[in-house]
Amino acid sequence: MMNDGGEKMYPKDYLYTKDHEWVKVDGDIGTVGITDYAQHELGDVVYVELPNVGDKFRAGESFATVESVKAVSEVYAPVSGEVVEVNETLADHPEKVNEDPYGEGWFVKLKIEVKEELDDLFDAARYEAYIKEEKGE
Amino acid sequence: MKKATCGMVRDEPLIFERSKPGKRGFPLPELDVSGRDVAELLPKGYLRDDIAGFPEVSEVEVVRHFTRLSTWNYGVDTGLYPLGSCTMKYNPKVNEKVAREENFLLSHPYQPEELSQGNLELMYQLERFLNEITGMDRTTLQPAAGAHGELTGMLLIRAYLTSKGNPRKKVLIPDSAHGTNPASASIVGYQVVKVKSDERGCVDSAELDRLVDEDVAALMITNPNTLGLFEEEIVKIADIVHRKGALLYMDGANLNALLGKARPGDMGVDAIHLNLHKTFSTPHGGGGPGSGPVAVKEHLAPFLPVPLVEKGANGYYLNYDLPQSIGKVRTFYANFGVLIKAYAYILTMGAVGLEKVAERAVVAANYLRVKLRGVYHLPYDRICMHEVVFSDKNQEQYGVKTLDIAKRLLDYGFHPPTIYFPLIVPGALMIEPTDTETKEELDSFIEAMKEIAREAKEKPELLHSAPHITKVSRLDEVGAARNPILRWKKR
Amino acid sequence: MRRYLPLTEEEIREMLTEIGVKDIDDLFAPIPEEVRLRSKLSLPSPLTEPELIRHIKRLAQKNAPLADYSFFIGGGAYRHFIPVAIDQLISRSEFYTAYTPYQPEISQGTLQAIFEYQTLICQLTGMEVANASMYEGGTALAEAILMARRINKRSRVIISEAVHPEYRQVVATYLQHLGAELIEIPVDETGKTDYDKLASELNDDTSSVVVQYPNFFGVVEELAQVQSTLKERGALFIVAIGDPVSLGILKPPSDFGADIVVGEGQGFGLPLSYGGPYLGFMATKEKYVRQMPGRLVGETVDKEGNVGYVLTLSTREQHIRRERATSNICTNESLCALSAVIYLSLLGKEGIREVAIQSLLKSAYAKEAISRVSGFKLRFSGATFNEFVVESEDEPGEVRKRLLREKILFGIPLGRFYPKLSKALLVTVTEVNTREEIDRLVKALEG
Repeated sequence: MMNDGGEKMYPKDYLYTKDHEWVKVDGDIGTVGITDYAQHELGDVVYVELPNVGDKFRAGESFATVESVKAVSEVYAPVSGEVVEVNETLADHPEKVNEDPYGEGWFVKLKIEVKEELDDLFDAARYEAYIKEEKGE
Repeated sequence: MKKATCGMVRDEPLIFERSKPGKRGFPLPELDVSGRDVAELLPKGYLRDDIAGFPEVSEVEVVRHFTRLSTWNYGVDTGLYPLGSCTMKYNPKVNEKVAREENFLLSHPYQPEELSQGNLELMYQLERFLNEITGMDRTTLQPAAGAHGELTGMLLIRAYLTSKGNPRKKVLIPDSAHGTNPASASIVGYQVVKVKSDERGCVDSAELDRLVDEDVAALMITNPNTLGLFEEEIVKIADIVHRKGALLYMDGANLNALLGKARPGDMGVDAIHLNLHKTFSTPHGGGGPGSGPVAVKEHLAPFLPVPLVEKGANGYYLNYDLPQSIGKVRTFYANFGVLIKAYAYILTMGAVGLEKVAERAVVAANYLRVKLRGVYHLPYDRICMHEVVFSDKNQEQYGVKTLDIAKRLLDYGFHPPTIYFPLIVPGALMIEPTDTETKEELDSFIEAMKEIAREAKEKPELLHSAPHITKVSRLDEVGAARNPILRWKKR
Repeated sequence: MRRYLPLTEEEIREMLTEIGVKDIDDLFAPIPEEVRLRSKLSLPSPLTEPELIRHIKRLAQKNAPLADYSFFIGGGAYRHFIPVAIDQLISRSEFYTAYTPYQPEISQGTLQAIFEYQTLICQLTGMEVANASMYEGGTALAEAILMARRINKRSRVIISEAVHPEYRQVVATYLQHLGAELIEIPVDETGKTDYDKLASELNDDTSSVVVQYPNFFGVVEELAQVQSTLKERGALFIVAIGDPVSLGILKPPSDFGADIVVGEGQGFGLPLSYGGPYLGFMATKEKYVRQMPGRLVGETVDKEGNVGYVLTLSTREQHIRRERATSNICTNESLCALSAVIYLSLLGKEGIREVAIQSLLKSAYAKEAISRVSGFKLRFSGATFNEFVVESEDEPGEVRKRLLREKILFGIPLGRFYPKLSKALLVTVTEVNTREEIDRLVKALEG
């Protein structure tokens, strides 16, 4: 999947964090997930632990964990907000995180508290550059 | 090099699938008291009708079943088991025999002490041996495993510091430590702080000095560490820790390298757990039972779990009179059956033998180090102790990973080394040959590893698809975790 | 000791040359001189095999010749018949010299056996999932309580005083620094936990309620009463099992809404062995599996579609989660679990029921006979399985001593655990005790 370039790996209308989360903003709701780079590093996802609707998180706080067979990773909130919806299908289909990280593999929807926090995030181009730096290219 | 093959190995279903109603494997003598109505004797509604799906098989089938299962396993008696930090040494057969003395097997933990003098004397003597070997003052034999010992050690440290007025908040743990270390510290309510290893792979004493403050209860150190390297600054480390009123805990999993050569007690260690199923040759049993005694210096002794075994005017007895004891970490006294084997081992080896154990363990590991260096990437290229850590860095260019190397070793008839640990070496291969290996076995292992390195370059598909000769090929661990099937169910 | 150290002096010299050092001592150079041991350890001279066997035999003989004694003691460790085949099978070195099955391709024997063990524990307890073993009953209970805290994020624990006193001690030791409140509930005259008092102690911070079944006094707790009290309260129902063979005849705790069942599996074919190694078992509901400590074996397939077994859900464990793990447990009691599978397979459905029935009936016989001996009376009125509490007019220690002279191990004096029961003894009877033995016991009591 890493051989695909372009749009698939870095959807242009999404924003990104340096811990490889993405957020898609629609009004004051942000849909959050992990990026293609993250799912590839993790390997096959076997389990996702999600918060409850109503839980509140600050930017940078861990709100979920994602597990492969041999590792557990924390997932951090890109912006502060309240959970208004969680992706229930991940319970029975954790593989969606690998197969469609930017679509059906979404984790939660947050009601964004502080819109200004979005300004601290990477856009697609900056995230792509950040990845290349990480990989040492 | 001739690879491993199978003899004739039979398949075997689950015991439940062998079951047929009416079969029985072990009859009892007939009931010799009057047969009353069982339902009358129990409260209404508590009599069980049936145990659905419970097996019904004859003795013949049970024996065949487990015999066949055993043929699918590899043990130390099969061949080299180079698992780093596990010390898979030979399990002496005479120890198995003496542990089965009838008077040991039949002893009930609550039988009077007068009837248990043999058991108590064995425990008393074993404690003294372990005190001597570690250079410590008292040892509790209670913990059932190394991790259990770590928990005990942390509880002791906390109790000691509490008695001094402040339990403190943090425990420092090197980033190369075994996962049980931070897990144990957490159960005792301590926050875990990681200490980075320096470029030499050892605890960075300058970093340590910065981290140790009045909130630190202890440093948990493994020595030699999980890279197989001796922490050369150990005395300085102990000093840094003690100066701020903290204690030094040692994970004694790697004691095999130190027997008769150096004693943790002389290094400034306050408490250390031992793994009898590693250093002291008791068998691993497929995952247990083990035994994790904890040896301590005098100042921690008042807090030890009860009871301790003491010698009095009338013989040996169980001493429960420790008012500051942390309590009990398990029911009864110890994994006694395991203690007997360790005791027998120490009596067989003696002081001279134990020192030879350390020598051979270290010689064998260094021999593997120099023979495989160049073939596999060696992150820390200097004298190691009883184990050595390589990585898959040289094979990366061929798309071959540590996992592939490990699986291909199975085709050559060897259990792989520990893989992907310690975490500070990506793609780690931790190799511990132990003192009980022959040169022939070591040389065969070296040859196999060299062949595999060649195959990695020339025919990497062989490694990716390995193992080929085992009962099952690589298993779908992702499926097992996504959709766990953790028991048999009747269809 | 050369027998275990096969390298010859010549081979060592060759290896040292290859390594590039002059002698062995050079390899220990990293150890600073100030901590180097320069004298020999003070240990006894090494023994050859015949000498070792003789030495240890003499030690064992310092115990009384226990085969000549009649055992009427239990209290968490039970004497049941142990089929000879068990020891033969667990002595196969592919089982006992094997390591933890981290490389499943060459460990299918261990893995399948543990999968069978997990299944058997589920069948006996009625629960949905069981782990691959814990150290023993007391630590298994402590871990269950910690598990309940993780599940409902509460901290208070209500525990019956009729749970094994040493289990309660272990629980207290494990919980002492975790801010947990431990509330003990006494038993009433029946020997059962005072269920009303238990109900009155329940509040919104109660994480779990623990009873033992049959309890330490041998009394069969009415789990249904606890179940109805706990309805909708959010606290988890933890049941610790007494003599595990009781599950051959008692309704399983799952029938009464138990959330976690733990216990001591020594009664399933393991020798008494002065208290260890034993076998902790733990079983729970599927929905709690990710909070469960210990190893788990799961079924899966290999690349060719062959069924195989593998350690799974490892992300719960210490080697991955480290300080956030469900437990610190690594080494468990695997070979003991294997003994248990073999025992349960040999006994089978009928056999385990028969062991339970014989234990129950022989115990009833003894209980009735002892209650008619002057100077002795039964302490509790509740129905018992194979243990019961007897109060004696004479000091229990004296009674015990008297019977010891007749080579009868009679009862565990309870005064050390329960100050109010200073005249009481816990008496245990199993299928191993013959009618003759019991009659001889009664005669000796009549004295």
